[in-house]
This record gives sequence, structure tokens and C-alpha cells, in this order.
Amino acid sequence: MNPLLLFVFVLAIFLGLELITKVPSQLHTPLMSGSNAISGITIVGAIIAAGEGGVIATVLGTIAVVAATINVIGGYLVTERMLGMFKTGKGA
Amino acid sequence: MAAWQTFAYILASILFIMGLKMLGRAETAKRGNRLSAVGMLIAVIATLAAGGLDYTWIVLGLVIGGAIGAVAARRVQMTGMPEMVALLNGSGGLASMLVGTAEYVRVPEVPAFSAVAIMLTVLIGGIAASGSVVAFGKLSERIDGKPYLFRGQKVLNASLLALALLAAAVVVIDAAVIGNVGGVTAAFVLVLLLALALGVLAVIPIGGADMPIVVSLLNSYSGIAAAAAGFVIDNNVLVVAGSLVGASGLILTNIMCKAMNRSLANVLFGGFGAEITAGGAAAEGVVKPLTPEDAYFILEAAGSVVFVPGYGMAVAQAQHVVAELADLLVKNGADVRHAIHPVAGRMPGHMNVLLAEANVPYEQLVEPGDVNPNMETIDVAIVIGANDVVNPAAKEDPTSPLWGMPIIEVDRARTCFVLKRSMNPGFAGVDNLLFFKDNTRMIFGDAKATITGMVAAFKDA
Repeated sequence: MNPLLLFVFVLAIFLGLELITKVPSQLHTPLMSGSNAISGITIVGAIIAAGEGGVIATVLGTIAVVAATINVIGGYLVTERMLGMFKTGKGA
Repeated sequence: MAAWQTFAYILASILFIMGLKMLGRAETAKRGNRLSAVGMLIAVIATLAAGGLDYTWIVLGLVIGGAIGAVAARRVQMTGMPEMVALLNGSGGLASMLVGTAEYVRVPEVPAFSAVAIMLTVLIGGIAASGSVVAFGKLSERIDGKPYLFRGQKVLNASLLALALLAAAVVVIDAAVIGNVGGVTAAFVLVLLLALALGVLAVIPIGGADMPIVVSLLNSYSGIAAAAAGFVIDNNVLVVAGSLVGASGLILTNIMCKAMNRSLANVLFGGFGAEITAGGAAAEGVVKPLTPEDAYFILEAAGSVVFVPGYGMAVAQAQHVVAELADLLVKNGADVRHAIHPVAGRMPGHMNVLLAEANVPYEQLVEPGDVNPNMETIDVAIVIGANDVVNPAAKEDPTSPLWGMPIIEVDRARTCFVLKRSMNPGFAGVDNLLFFKDNTRMIFGDAKATITGMVAAFKDA
């Protein structure tokens, strides 16, 4: 593993803490489900695990791909659905 | 990793960062979500296109997972959104846990540093996964929403966590000294099982009213688990995206804690609401009931009305009739607003989602700070299934567990209707002083039926 990743990790944490400051309460749920979908990025690791060979790794990886895909697709779609309802008034 | 793949991952990271930032503002939220979805697509394609993979099982997994996710997202009702978010979060945590495990199984000699990353992924991912399942159970009322406490709980949890860390250390030392000789060791399995057990044990002592905090905290955990998985497979995009989610989840958690005037530690370990007799003076006085018909005559004459929705509105699925009543009141010349407490309901923003579903205009939605200063001028405040967030004990009774929590001060309105099934205390298990105030009128019964009755009275008039 690459120690430079630690550097990236620390910077990304600080960026994440600065990125979102005052969120209107209307957006609390979409923000949560939308960021939840982003945490489905683990799908990248799942794909690699499912495709690189070895019986047990393939089984675990495939289950991981299913779970991560549910997280990604479900997360983005429910967020889209909720934001679609916030159409009246200035909250587009 | 090929240069083009690195560039693709950088592009995906940029889209995640911009998307998350835009999700925090009403004007840009929709575009933000789509940008971040495009980022995800780019990351997935870049991974698939790198080659050297057997696609059979990958495609199968993508198709099955995609179908489940799409159908669930379309079918879920807005009232069921808290459970849905919990389940989605659980699947993310599970995936990270499995990625860590698969890497451990696949690589014959794991370097010590990677072994640390693998153990963290399994531990945090496992806690996020099983914790989310318990949260799902509580939110969907498949298991009791009350805090579940027993003697020595904290000691047990701390011991199990220590044991998990010890077993994880054994795995790491194994990897460093003798090299992982392939295959899963007993210590590894122990870490995995303990992580799942800890997730369950961490969530069961937390009461229903604290669920918004737990849900957003678990969201943060699954982000951190994804970042840890990034260390395992040596991949920047996982580290960046996972950390962003982990950090923003903490911010949202903090917003929720502030709205309840409580520390995170107090929420996680307090078992709030379990000890009904522990604090708070018992409320005394006479409850004054009112029929929906009489309520109509008061509403008909009201110039300003504030609705205060809570979890009870979600349970009764009353959001549509509430919107209808609000509409009729506006037509009758009243100034109508819905005051939403940040922790009303079972997840952050729960009430906003329900009222938006019922097409309540955005302008009518206000925060406690917008109505509290001129509450005296409000003719009628209608509390629908909210309890702790309107309990005056928060500012009148220093011995109450709610003391100091910012509330919507409906007790200062000229008249206050409280729609409630019965006199049971709220999730916090605290008597509500509001019910006994002179200007409070209790309207017992199902909230939806009650409001439907008021709507009918308006239409007949």
C-alpha cells in the first residue's frame, strides 16, 4: 500500500469538513441519501474483487458488487425522487 | 494503473466534490446529485475498462444489484424513507467489509500495513452494516423502538471492542512476522463476527427519537469504511469519496446534536428515554379535550396558523390531508406556515420530505427560529404527532431530560391544538407540560381522521 494515500486521506477529510457548512433542513435527507450513494464507491473495490480470480474472493466479491450496486443505484434514485418533489417555490 | 485510468478517477473525484457541495444548496441540489452520479459512472467504467478481469460474475452482480436498487427506490413510500436510507447504508457497509475480506483471502502475502487497512475496513464496515440493519428494524418497527438497556452494557461493549482490536492486532502481527499463509485465520473471523456484534450492540440502546442522529452517524461510518477499503486496494478515488462522505456525515450528525442540545456521546451512551422516572417533574393539571367540529370554529376565525408536524404525522400518513387543510385555511384568508424542527421524525429532514410529497409550497416551510420570536401573534398552532420538540419542559424544568433543548414554543401561541392518539408520553418517555397549559386543547384520535374531519367541516361551510 502506498503511504501517499494517507496524505490524500487527510486532505479529503479536511475538504469534507469544509465543504458543507449550513444546510437548510429541507436538504438534510437528500444530502444524507446522496452522500450515502457516494459511499457506494466501494463498488470499484467490489468489481476488482469479483473479477481477479480465486473462488472465495470471487464469491465474496460478487456479493459485494450486488450490495454496492444496490447502494449506488438505490441511493441516487431515491435522492433524485426526493429532490424532484421540491419543485414549488424557489427551492428547485 | 494506467495514466488514463488515474485521470478518470481524478475526474470522478472532482465530480463527487462538486456534487456534494451543490447538494447542500436548494438551487443546485438536483444538478449536484446528477454530477455525482456521473462521477460514479466514470469510476465504474474506468475500473471495468482496465482489463485483466473476468466479467462473468461482475456483470451478474451489477445486474442483480442494479435491479434491486432501482425497484426498491421506485417502490419505497416517502413515509418509509428512513428505513430505506438505513438499508442502503447497510449494503454499502457490507460491501466494504466484503471487499476487505476478499482481499485478505486473495492475496497470499499481505504486507502489515495493508493488513491494518483490511482490519479497519472489516471492523468499520461490519459495524456500519449490522448497525444499519438494527436501525432499519427500529425505524420500520420490526423491533421495538425503545432503548434496550441492561446492566453492564457499556462494560460489555468496551470489552468486545477491546477484544476485536486485540484480534485485529494478532492478524496484523501474523501478516508482519510470518506472512499471511493464505486462508482465513481464526483471529480474522473473530474480528469479523465481533464487528457485526458491535454494530448491533451500539444501536440497540438508542431510542426512537435519537434515530436521526444514528442514521446520519452510520452514514458517516460507511463512508469511512469505503475510504479504508481504498487503502486496501490502493485506490485514490475510494479514499477521496469515502472521506468526503465520512466528514460530511459528521457535519450532519453535529447539526442534529445541536438541534437537541446534546453531545454525541450523550446520544450514543445515554440510553435517552429509557429511564422514564429518572428526571422531570410529573406534569399536573387538567387536560381540555376538543372535538374536530369545535376546532373548525376556532380555525375558521383564525388569521394565522402554524402547523408543527412530528413523527405521528408520518405514522398516520396524514401529510396529504394536512396540505389540504393548509390550502383551505389560506383560501379562508389565514397566514399559514409549517414549522419544522430539525429532529422531528426519524431521520434528518424527514418532515420536509413528507410535506414536499404533499405539494406544500416551499414558502410555507419555516424553521423554529422563524416562528418562535412572534409566537404570541399566532392564533392557532396545530401540533400533529410531535411531542418532545414542543415540550415546554425544555425551558421550564431544569430537572427534565429535555432541559435546554431548543423547541418550537407553541405554548406561547394564543391557542394550541395537540392532535394525539392518547395521553402516552413521547419517545423520550417524558410527560409533556404542554398538554396541561391553559391555552392547549387536546384533540384525541387518529391524526389523519381528525384533520379529514376539519377539512370536511370547511367544505360543508
